[in-house]
Amino acid sequence: MSETTAHAQSQTVHAQAHTGQQHPIRLYLLVWGLLFVLSAASYMVDYLGVQSYLRWTLILLFMMLKAGLIVAVFMHMAWERLALVYAILLPPLLVLVFVALMVSEADYTIFTRLAFFGAGP
Amino acid sequence: MAQTIGIHGEPDVRPAGLRGVAADFSSDQRAFKTASWGKAMMWIFLLSDTFVFGCFLIAYMTARMSTPVPWPNPSEVFALHIGGQDVPLILIAIMTFVLISSSGTMAMAVNFGYRRDRRTTAILMLLTAVLGACFVGMQAFEWTKLITEGVRPWENPWGAAQFGSTFFMITGFHGTHVTIGVIFLLIVARKVWRGDFDQERRGFFTSRKGRYEAVEIMGLYWHFVDLVWVFIFAFFYLW
Repeated sequence: MSETTAHAQSQTVHAQAHTGQQHPIRLYLLVWGLLFVLSAASYMVDYLGVQSYLRWTLILLFMMLKAGLIVAVFMHMAWERLALVYAILLPPLLVLVFVALMVSEADYTIFTRLAFFGAGP
Repeated sequence: MAQTIGIHGEPDVRPAGLRGVAADFSSDQRAFKTASWGKAMMWIFLLSDTFVFGCFLIAYMTARMSTPVPWPNPSEVFALHIGGQDVPLILIAIMTFVLISSSGTMAMAVNFGYRRDRRTTAILMLLTAVLGACFVGMQAFEWTKLITEGVRPWENPWGAAQFGSTFFMITGFHGTHVTIGVIFLLIVARKVWRGDFDQERRGFFTSRKGRYEAVEIMGLYWHFVDLVWVFIFAFFYLW
């Protein structure tokens, strides 16, 4: 965190020289490498045939880590002001409400399909 | 970044944290103090695109949860026959690595753009475009393979009919985004190569002077395409 603050200060000092996001190349290479490792890990979940709850947990975990790295570092969200971060990252949470609605709707649909048409179509 | 440059040039110290959010939104000026209008508009466009893809993935979830017919196993459907055995999901894995690599080269291009190294920036952007085109090519191969195997939006040989419709809709929309991104990349790369942002040449359409920030805004779109693929890969191919 202190590194970020120090970085932010040096960034402000150089604001005249570079107007924009300027970060060390090493950071991008590190994130790039991490994304490769995480992708390989999520592929291994399928390759090794991990099933059920462990599979879903691992898929979601690797997905969120990859998404977080891309948004925070590649898209520079980590260095933006909180007003922009909240304006962009909070609204998508509403999608989760939609997911919850559709889960209950889909449960009802499969229930009526099975009740009226039996196990097959 | 806690400081921005004020109207009269002196540093304008702005509060951080939640207090900063309230101060920025209630400042009776622009709310996004450190993001230019171009960057803020790209972010808002990406937010709307998030909802588009969110709806697609929710539609897919609803179809998959509500059908009594078994869902085809993506691990087998997308397997390739290599060296005498079926390797599960290998094409999709290669596509994922290609797209992540293109995101990496794009991030580097943005970095070199702000260093005003226009040759390296343009080369990295062209490399990004080539990797993006490779991705679209592999997707075309995948579509061709599935169509010859009998997958249609209304039926497929392995199970629930909705598999085809959701597959073509989701990957088709994503592929369209990648294709538009490649065209967008080539346009911005040409501007960088020609030195438009160094000479402040006016754009052919907007007649505005461009800045190297255009590369970063282009990058936002490209990383978003990669981001969407992360979710498609997890939910459609791996789930």
